[in-house]
Amino acid sequence: MSEEQIKNLEKQFEERIARDEKIEPKDWMPEKYRKTHIRQMSQHAHSEIVGMLPEGNWITRAPSLRRKVALLAKVQDEAGHGLYLYSATETLGVSRDELYEQLHSGKAKYSSIFNYPTITWADMGAIGWLVDGAAIINQVPLCNTSYGPYARAMIRVCKEESFHQRQGYEIMMKLAKGTPEQKEMAQDALNRWWWPSLMMLGPTDDVSVHTEQSMKWKLKRKSNDDLRQQFIDQTVPQADLIGLTIPDPDLKWNEERQSYDFGEIDWDEFWQVVKGHGPCNKERMKARVGAWERGEWVRDAAMAHAEKKQKRQEKQAV
Amino acid sequence: MSNKKNWPLWEIFVRSKNGLEHRHFGSLHAADADMALENARDVYTRRNEGVSIWVVESKHITASNPENNGELFEPAQDKVYRHPTFYDLPDEVKHM
Repeated sequence: MSEEQIKNLEKQFEERIARDEKIEPKDWMPEKYRKTHIRQMSQHAHSEIVGMLPEGNWITRAPSLRRKVALLAKVQDEAGHGLYLYSATETLGVSRDELYEQLHSGKAKYSSIFNYPTITWADMGAIGWLVDGAAIINQVPLCNTSYGPYARAMIRVCKEESFHQRQGYEIMMKLAKGTPEQKEMAQDALNRWWWPSLMMLGPTDDVSVHTEQSMKWKLKRKSNDDLRQQFIDQTVPQADLIGLTIPDPDLKWNEERQSYDFGEIDWDEFWQVVKGHGPCNKERMKARVGAWERGEWVRDAAMAHAEKKQKRQEKQAV
Repeated sequence: MSNKKNWPLWEIFVRSKNGLEHRHFGSLHAADADMALENARDVYTRRNEGVSIWVVESKHITASNPENNGELFEPAQDKVYRHPTFYDLPDEVKHM
């Protein structure tokens, strides 16, 4: 194809997206569109998979059977979400093996929030309430994104996600109404998860590199700063309601903006964690790669069994 | 990456309730059809989304190429006589 033909195709492609048409796997697409989607969708899938680890830590120690079944179901949902997203990514012509390889070698990123430790039961509450809350704010606009398989996966994810946030908030509410020690535990979890949750919505608009192109392709519909403000405005009253305090002395209602003003985010910490120096980066990768390697013989045995069974069937058919 | 065989990809179709057709839900990897069915149950129907599942190995699906959409689908566009509104009837005929 000549450069001019490609330019022409690209123009038609952008017009289709502008008209709100969906792009499907076999449609022509610019190489940059394919690459950007593989990167974002696989990062999203990796985040779901690694996101199981901090919570998996508490399944066996949940304080009641009710809490245990809920947490187990939530973690299972995250596995499911990872799988929806991996298979949607594969429609762009990348194999599952390549995607795993990128995660395990550290080439691909996942959400840096999962590199923080879960040291008390209240962390399960804080994660559901804040981390899933922030994730929902990020994900809802993606139900309308331009790439069909991604949009369809996100619709399913969003439908399932709201139970995650509710179960987290309920945990926090119960602890906040409990003994002074329990309330303190809830407050401590909020103190530790608040700032990382704000960072989770991404760097500020002035330094975010992908925003403009992503907006065009509907990979993003609101800027990071707008999403963050939305998250803060929605979460602060929820904290007030259960008597917990947001750990930000500069947080103040701004009557004029009809929004909360908030304090400075420690972006150095964010970049440290992104670069691999968070409290649990190594531990998470070790757990993930270990699980993959220890499962190898099971995958091989299943494949060998399937092949043997098929051969036997073919023999009988003759 | 080794050259040994990985679990193949399967396309998953789910009937959400009797009376409705099976609809494409997504795909997953499994060693064989039985495992694909079991995995599909866990991945795509955790909340009673289905009463029946079909699994088809992805390599068995032949798909049309969007680049040929013109010759495939355009011939139907100028055949307005296939639609009831093409035909003139007197106003007195209320239902037909």
